Amino acid sequence: MRRLESLKAIYARLEESIVVTIMGAVAAELQSIGHRPNFFYLQHAMGLASSMGLGLALARPDRRVMVLDGDGSVLMNLGGLTTLARYRPRNLVHIVFDNESLLSVGGFPTATSTGSDLAAIAHAAGVPRTCTVTEIDTLVVAVNDAVASKDLSTIVAKVEPVGPSGFVTDLGLLENRFEFQRWLRQQR
Amino acid sequence: MPVSTSSSRVIYEALKANGIRLVSALPETWLVHLIRMAEEDPDMTLIRLAKEEEGVGISAGAHMAGMKSAMLMQNHGFLASINGIVSCAQLYKIPLLMLISYRGEFGERDPWQTEGGGVTEDLLRALRIPFAYLDHPDHVGARIRKAQTLAHSANKPVALLLCRDLMWEEPA
Repeated sequence: MRRLESLKAIYARLEESIVVTIMGAVAAELQSIGHRPNFFYLQHAMGLASSMGLGLALARPDRRVMVLDGDGSVLMNLGGLTTLARYRPRNLVHIVFDNESLLSVGGFPTATSTGSDLAAIAHAAGVPRTCTVTEIDTLVVAVNDAVASKDLSTIVAKVEPVGPSGFVTDLGLLENRFEFQRWLRQQR
Repeated sequence: MPVSTSSSRVIYEALKANGIRLVSALPETWLVHLIRMAEEDPDMTLIRLAKEEEGVGISAGAHMAGMKSAMLMQNHGFLASINGIVSCAQLYKIPLLMLISYRGEFGERDPWQTEGGGVTEDLLRALRIPFAYLDHPDHVGARIRKAQTLAHSANKPVALLLCRDLMWEEPA
């Protein structure tokens, strides 16, 4: 499946959530579908999107948080999966787009291309609900199930290693950051 | 263990007085009492980390959502967090209140702490992170309050170095 198509398929769920994405293709593709003030794009600090999601989920237990992660980023912060599982925010859905490569920096293969299984790692770390999906239909079902379960879930979505031609958009980093914070403040 | 319980209490009360409701930490000898106080406090969320850099992301998320937080770490944990500090907190102008146990300064007996101690201040300056020393209980409250005030007005990370004279009780 293509990440862009899968993002479109779950966009309605994203619209109603607090969303944190990783850098590069994921951020650019989500913005191309439609930016919203409740979407924050962590354009660097690889690995920390899930940690930021944990901080948001703990501070706002009344709201659902969705983290759009990637295989390269998760591999940089595998310990973060154990922290996530340890505190088990039940309002957090962790989606990992696994294209088995570092697409945004030249497409070099990651360890998931040689068999490392991120859903199994998340499960072994203690994340209560994990799965791997390879089709858009099953991704949508998995996301809906995760939301309905009201428990911490990691969904690994296997996607093709394709993305947009460029990653810089006209949304400034600080513009996004302060808009996002203001939106959260208004939701109290 | 001669880690000062009374100094730890003074630091913890200052965090509470400044509205800190979430503390991330990775255990280290000088921090044991502070971590225990956070653990025993029903009004505090304590997040035990696998690696200190995670704390940058957690504090960033908490800040966006309006919750004040602090990070407890050893100076080697600060070294391990630098990419997150630069590419999350500084890039996105996010306040961080970092309490860093300053191992490896004068009086250090553990040989393995000495290299990290020797570079801590230079790294803070290179990163343009404002910092102050906590080396006496009398000024702990005011310095933590002022550090947090600057972190939030400037939207940037600040550091307080927890010094041996404050944290470790041994005959002078």
